[in-house]
Amino acid sequence: MTRPAARSSGMAGLLLALALFLAFGKLLLPEGLIRPPEWLVQPFADWINAAFYFLQNDLGLMALTRAFSDVVEWLLDVTANLLYGKSRWPDIGPIPWIVVAATAFMAGYALKGWRLAALSGGTFVWIALMGQWKWAMETLSVIVVAAPFSVFLGLVMGVLAWRSPRFERILNPILNIAQSLPHFAYMIPVVVFIGVGPKAGAIVTIIFSVPPMIRMTLLGLKRVPEEVIEAGKMAGSTRWQLLSRVRIPTARPEILIGVNQVIMQCLAMVVLASFIGMPGLGQKLLQLLQALKIGLSVEIGVTIVLLAVTLDRLSKAWALRLPEHDEPSARWLHRNRLLVIWLSLCIAGLVLAQFVPYLHEVERKQALSVAGPIDAAMDQVIRVIAPVTAWLRWFLITWVLIPMRDAYLWLPFTAVLALLAAVGWAIGGLRSALICLGYFGLIALSGWWDRAMITVYMVNISVLIAALIGLPLGIWAARNPPRAARILLICDTAQTFPSFIYLIPVIMLFGVNDVAVVAAVVVFAAVPIVRYTIEGLSNVPPELIEAAEMSGATRRQTLWHVRLPMALPTMLVGANQSVMFSLFMVIIAAFIGTQDLGQEMQRALSSTDVGKGLVLGFAVAVMGLMTDHLITRWSEDRKRALGF
Amino acid sequence: MGPNVTETVISCRSVSKIFGPDPVGHLARLKADPQTSSVGYVQAVRDVDLDIQRGEMLVVMGLSGSGKSTLVRCLSRLIEITGGSVTIEGQDIASLSETALIDLRRRKMGMVFQSFGLLPHRTVLDNVAFPLEMRGQDRSTRYARAREMLDLVGLKGREGYFPRELSGGQQQRVGIARSLAIEPDIWFLDEPFSALDPLIRREMQDEFLRLKGLLNKTIIFITHDFDEALRLADRIAIMKDGRIEQCDTPDQIVLHPATEYVAKFTAEIDRARVVRAGSLARPLAAVPEGDATAATLTIRDLARHLVADRRAVIPVADAEGKIIGGMDRQEALDVLLGDAK
Repeated sequence: MTRPAARSSGMAGLLLALALFLAFGKLLLPEGLIRPPEWLVQPFADWINAAFYFLQNDLGLMALTRAFSDVVEWLLDVTANLLYGKSRWPDIGPIPWIVVAATAFMAGYALKGWRLAALSGGTFVWIALMGQWKWAMETLSVIVVAAPFSVFLGLVMGVLAWRSPRFERILNPILNIAQSLPHFAYMIPVVVFIGVGPKAGAIVTIIFSVPPMIRMTLLGLKRVPEEVIEAGKMAGSTRWQLLSRVRIPTARPEILIGVNQVIMQCLAMVVLASFIGMPGLGQKLLQLLQALKIGLSVEIGVTIVLLAVTLDRLSKAWALRLPEHDEPSARWLHRNRLLVIWLSLCIAGLVLAQFVPYLHEVERKQALSVAGPIDAAMDQVIRVIAPVTAWLRWFLITWVLIPMRDAYLWLPFTAVLALLAAVGWAIGGLRSALICLGYFGLIALSGWWDRAMITVYMVNISVLIAALIGLPLGIWAARNPPRAARILLICDTAQTFPSFIYLIPVIMLFGVNDVAVVAAVVVFAAVPIVRYTIEGLSNVPPELIEAAEMSGATRRQTLWHVRLPMALPTMLVGANQSVMFSLFMVIIAAFIGTQDLGQEMQRALSSTDVGKGLVLGFAVAVMGLMTDHLITRWSEDRKRALGF
Repeated sequence: MGPNVTETVISCRSVSKIFGPDPVGHLARLKADPQTSSVGYVQAVRDVDLDIQRGEMLVVMGLSGSGKSTLVRCLSRLIEITGGSVTIEGQDIASLSETALIDLRRRKMGMVFQSFGLLPHRTVLDNVAFPLEMRGQDRSTRYARAREMLDLVGLKGREGYFPRELSGGQQQRVGIARSLAIEPDIWFLDEPFSALDPLIRREMQDEFLRLKGLLNKTIIFITHDFDEALRLADRIAIMKDGRIEQCDTPDQIVLHPATEYVAKFTAEIDRARVVRAGSLARPLAAVPEGDATAATLTIRDLARHLVADRRAVIPVADAEGKIIGGMDRQEALDVLLGDAK
């Protein structure tokens, strides 16, 4: 059934007219239609605080979380001892850096070959030589503890959701909200329950990284081919045998992709957890950025990037590795050669480290540093491009950012709501219109309207600029396959960086202001646009392009009339991600000094105000959810229209 | 034809399978009034009656969507039937508890799948040993048995390979070896060769006939390929829209199609390759002189003989050499030349 397009667009037009009327008739409007009036604002924060107070004190949840966090703390102490020699049980650490590097090298070799070996081994050598070992290991020790917890929790919950459709129905909206909540929203309740420090950092990391694991487990279990399951049943498997030996092993690729996502989420969160006193690379970077020490922050940034790429490539290689047989005649030594080589490398490393302390631990004063030269070079670069950046800064602030912000703040909230309803109606009829109204209505009720509009404006302008850069870049890259592959690789790599990293270069170039924030968000948000534009354009069926060429279409005509329309659904997915990414980034960038929801969230974090923090978090989440609903709906309509 | 002592192994009585929101209610409504609208429901199997004898090879034939795969899954209770009953060796399988059903599968049933259904993370050896592992056999016995099975299907030396490292034909050999590992009495094969290219398919059919000769099993074989059915079957059941149109020996189907649909199927077939002397034999008042011909030979096999032999009625003898009747030469020639009515 097709929806009655004429009538729905008529209604959308009506709503649009209403929005315009409200906007231009602002002077005539009563105050209550311009800003959400006092009586409309609900004390959500107080309600949440009351609920948390109840959970924390009356329900005794505190005892439970404390018990859980004690287990986590004990594990953290063990890994801390092994990795950087914190004086805790088992008191045998720290493991010499050369042994860790050799292990990483062998893991890379076993999973993918020489190149990955060089990357992962090299990363750890770099960390050691640059004298960042302790910070990096502080960060890594949390990941080593948090990732297995998340994987386990995600696996269990994924299996439960697969077993019980009712549980899945309950879980799904929770996951949707959880994946749209900004990082900081997770931190505040954890600070209330656990306090600050590594323990809290680990727990917030666990909570934050579980959702993708649940999703991938569920997906994997649903994708197991029916015949494989039937074969298992016909072999006389019991339900447990079927789950543990047929379904879960067959879903292995998806589950391991879930592990990969968990690890990457952990890294992103661990770096940000520096805001709640998590020591490590993130904290160092935060301090250095706040002190505007560019050279040193670049060094840390490179380390984080290397670590991210290494962890991503290693876990992805594990997920994508196809099983291969050994020669039947192979001896034990031959079959286990990698294990043997690794063990001998470790022993050699341990022995060497006894005699050469440098291989055990690189002292701070022995560390290499390129901060000086970087600073000098950056000074040069900045001196050269300063006129450009200064002009750009002036232009953007005076002619784009401030006028836009003022316009967004000037708009009566009723006009915004009517506009969103119009957009919703145009895309998905009454239901979408109501969803848009419901979501943004909540923001009006929360009392954070002005702050929210600043966030909206930052996201809008950033995504707009990102699209202006990303679309042509994507179209250009998709013109020839090797180039497309190269750019895709760059995009993939860029997506593995924790969002924090993007702030280093922009602060370098623009200093601390709104332009820097927008620039960081633009770069971060352009990546998915480029990526999905290339993917959409490359996946247009070749016979369609051939048909267009045989009809005498020029390259431009083919692009406009065949390739772009066919690629649109995929490109919309990119736009969706782009909006999500920029929402997260705008919130993170708040510490540079924006006046949006993010700044308030930071204040809530420092005053551990759970209610306020969560209200702000939900305000960001509903923006994401609304965009997601609209774009997904649109993309699916397009897909159906194209007959995919 | 068929075994001398007949014993029914599988018996279906008015088996129905309906997919939809309320299958049982819909079946009841259909029973009350056959004109009931079936919008929103799929009647995959309708009112099937079928008896399968021990040691028999029954081929279930039909186009895709005719319900043949669903029927065979009803027989093994991979899916629950909506109405009717399926009994295996006198036991109603719908009444079995989960444990009893698992036990039945562990002892008596093997199944081969169209797209092989191999476990991608296990080696060939571990795949074949899988049903034995489920039964809880210890490692060395199950590996020994699995190796034996791999020898049988000609995959010796590939024990350590993973399914993705094998060709389609080899993968299906693994599937066959796995299904035979527990020495099942009842062997289900769901379009086992459909995913293979024609040359390999032919080779696998020969391989299958060899195995069938070695092992005395009750076999239910599904295919959409009529030639394959004719080549392999003791009996063929032809399905259309969930019903069995006809269930009979290949030559009876070719010579006496029960419905238009079956007739259409058989129209293109070279009958001389299917019809055997035995099925043309009629009782004789007096035995003609001269040599008798074997009942199991096809008319094609007898072509030269038919042209040369001048007798109007040729005697036909069974395997023991006993005369079972006479074949009208003209009728046989009509079959051979393709202008039989």
